[in-house]
Amino acid sequence: MSEPGAGKPAKARANGGRRLNIGAVRSSFAPWNDPSAVPLVRFEGVGKRFGDQVAVEDLSLEIYPGEFFALLGPSGCGKTTLMRMLAGFETPDTGRITLAGEDLAGVPPHRRPVNMMFQSYALFPHLSVEQNIAFGLKQEGLPKAEIAARVVEMLDLVKMAPFARRRPDQLSGGQKQRVALARAVARKPKMLLLDEPLGALDKKLREETQFELMDLQVELGVTFLIVTHDQEEAMVMADRIAVMREGRIAQIGRPEEVYETPANRYVAEFLGDVNLFDARVSQIDHPMARLEAAESLEGFFVLDDDCPAAGSAVSLAVRPEKMRISLEAPPQGTHNVLAGEIWDIGYTGDWTNYIVELPGERLIRVARANASRFVERPIGWDDKVYVTFDPDAGVVLG
Amino acid sequence: MKASWPRPSALIPYLWLAIFFALPFLLVFRLSLSDSALSIPPYAPQIDWSGGLAGFRRFLAGLDFDTYGRLVSDHLYIKAYISSLSFAAQGTLFALLIGYPMAYGMARCRPQTRNLLLMLVILPFWTSFLIRVYAWVGILKPEGLLNAGLGLLGLPNIDLLYTPAAVQIGLVYSYLPFMVLPLYAVLEKQDHTLLEAAADLGSPPWKSFWQVTFPLSIPGVVAGCLLCFIPMVGEFVIPDLLGGPGSLMIGRSIWMEFFANRDWPFASAVAVALLIMLVPPIVLYQRQQVRALEAGR
Ligand SMILES: Nc1ncnc2c1ncn2[C@@H]1O[C@H](COP(=O)(O)OP(=O)(O)O)[C@@H](O)[C@H]1O
Ligand SMILES: [Mg+2]
Repeated sequence: MSEPGAGKPAKARANGGRRLNIGAVRSSFAPWNDPSAVPLVRFEGVGKRFGDQVAVEDLSLEIYPGEFFALLGPSGCGKTTLMRMLAGFETPDTGRITLAGEDLAGVPPHRRPVNMMFQSYALFPHLSVEQNIAFGLKQEGLPKAEIAARVVEMLDLVKMAPFARRRPDQLSGGQKQRVALARAVARKPKMLLLDEPLGALDKKLREETQFELMDLQVELGVTFLIVTHDQEEAMVMADRIAVMREGRIAQIGRPEEVYETPANRYVAEFLGDVNLFDARVSQIDHPMARLEAAESLEGFFVLDDDCPAAGSAVSLAVRPEKMRISLEAPPQGTHNVLAGEIWDIGYTGDWTNYIVELPGERLIRVARANASRFVERPIGWDDKVYVTFDPDAGVVLG
Repeated sequence: MKASWPRPSALIPYLWLAIFFALPFLLVFRLSLSDSALSIPPYAPQIDWSGGLAGFRRFLAGLDFDTYGRLVSDHLYIKAYISSLSFAAQGTLFALLIGYPMAYGMARCRPQTRNLLLMLVILPFWTSFLIRVYAWVGILKPEGLLNAGLGLLGLPNIDLLYTPAAVQIGLVYSYLPFMVLPLYAVLEKQDHTLLEAAADLGSPPWKSFWQVTFPLSIPGVVAGCLLCFIPMVGEFVIPDLLGGPGSLMIGRSIWMEFFANRDWPFASAVAVALLIMLVPPIVLYQRQQVRALEAGR
């Protein structure tokens, strides 16, 4: 498991020779907070159903120029449908979509200034790599010399120049992905749509490609809309993420926002692991609030931001990596202490995940970074352990 | 792995070819080298089985290519070959022009409708070929269905029967399924997202057809054209029933030589020459099929 958000500063390094500190460029980029910023794309109350299957429902969304925007959600939640409506392959039943202020209703796909990279790549099997890349340019009727120059530029961009004459069936999955990308950006679209662009690649290649895509986006200055069901991918790459659920948006925000301050249980559970405690607000004493829960006699002490009035039923969400685990009892007076027994241990190298059984057969998950190579007395199966977390570690969800 | 004998089951196709192709072909070929004479078989030379090896040598020495020499020097036959090739080429072209839209339309239907249409394409095979060609006589003859229909519309009658046009109609009608089926097979399995990709890259639908759909269907076009062209060249029944003296086709010439002129050696030479002419398209078809098989894997 890698820390969310940790990807951003690492980008410049992953890029090898080029010194482009995208992390620094990105962190000051927040047009969605600027009331004068004009969105590039606007979905307004968009809905789409297939028969009685609702794919997208009353969805509103704004994407700003230059943004790297991710649609994240489980399979079947309507991500592809949303993207296809923007590309023009599906017509919304309700609502409207505008691009650079222009209503897209009735504009056929071949006249929309967006390009899509298909999940299956959809490379033309009868054309060579360079002919595939030239396809979109030919449609614009550009002069031959200009097309050839742009094709060379694109081949270099995706490092596919040695394969220019090959057919798609002579390429590996990663190479196909690059050609599909080059073909989609060759026309310099206003917006690039990527449907699960890395889905067919293996883990290592996927991570490399993530950084390449981010560099490419900054280099080209094109707005990216990416669809994925992989939360890590979305967090590493995107400026903002829209977490989708059954055709609606559950939350939109920066990766760290949706991860650290999820708006509801669904988002908390979808993004990474989380321990959820059913609780009731028993007392608010600014800046702290006390929650009653079955797991703790003393109750949980948390910050009172966004905490509903006393008496309300809530969920307390605490991420496994924000809990501490120890064999020794914490000092008297420590809040948020849970005593239990180790039920299972999962070692992943960089992290160790402990499943701790609390009284009443309640299981929680605690993650610990393996900061040192050797531990004097490692935590083992059936050990009695104490789990604690800070008052600011948990999020109270209504 | 060591080279090994093929399994017995693999021999069945070879046995089939040997009995139903190689053997008859050898017989016809041997006949074509015999002396033309107005005789019922046996034809000279005969193998002298009692003469042993020397007898067989004498037989071989008696064979000659005289019939082929006559074939090349006779204008009528050259013309018949050219006319056959031209009938077949035109018929193939028409079948393609009619069959492509049919196959394209079928491939774009919903699956249930597709199966129904596919059945309708195959349906004519349920009746005898001969009867279907005779039916065209009924349609095309002066007082036939075609002229009755034209009359109802107040249009002048046309007399098509026993003209080259009637042969062409018969050829296209009879071989259309052989065009439609391979075309349908390639069009039906074409990936629809390729058309979306083309549209996404700025190609309007009609251009996408020529840039994506058609080039990808070329294996089907080649297969369909060869499946029509090869049998059309040697077609006998259609020109015999629907064609007049103007529709010279080689199949008919062979029949005439065999059964009217009773010159079997010469008729055999005509047939062998026809077969040799058809070797290149057949080889082309084979190679194309092998490539399609490999691509499908
Ligand atoms: N062409 C279609 N016909 C019928 N149902 C569809 C079609 N496309 C999508 N759906 C349905 O709409 C829902 C959303 O699909 P999709 O947008 O592909 O989801 P995702 O990309 O998030 O996995 C799914 O339930 C899917 O079955
Ligand atoms: Mg999808």
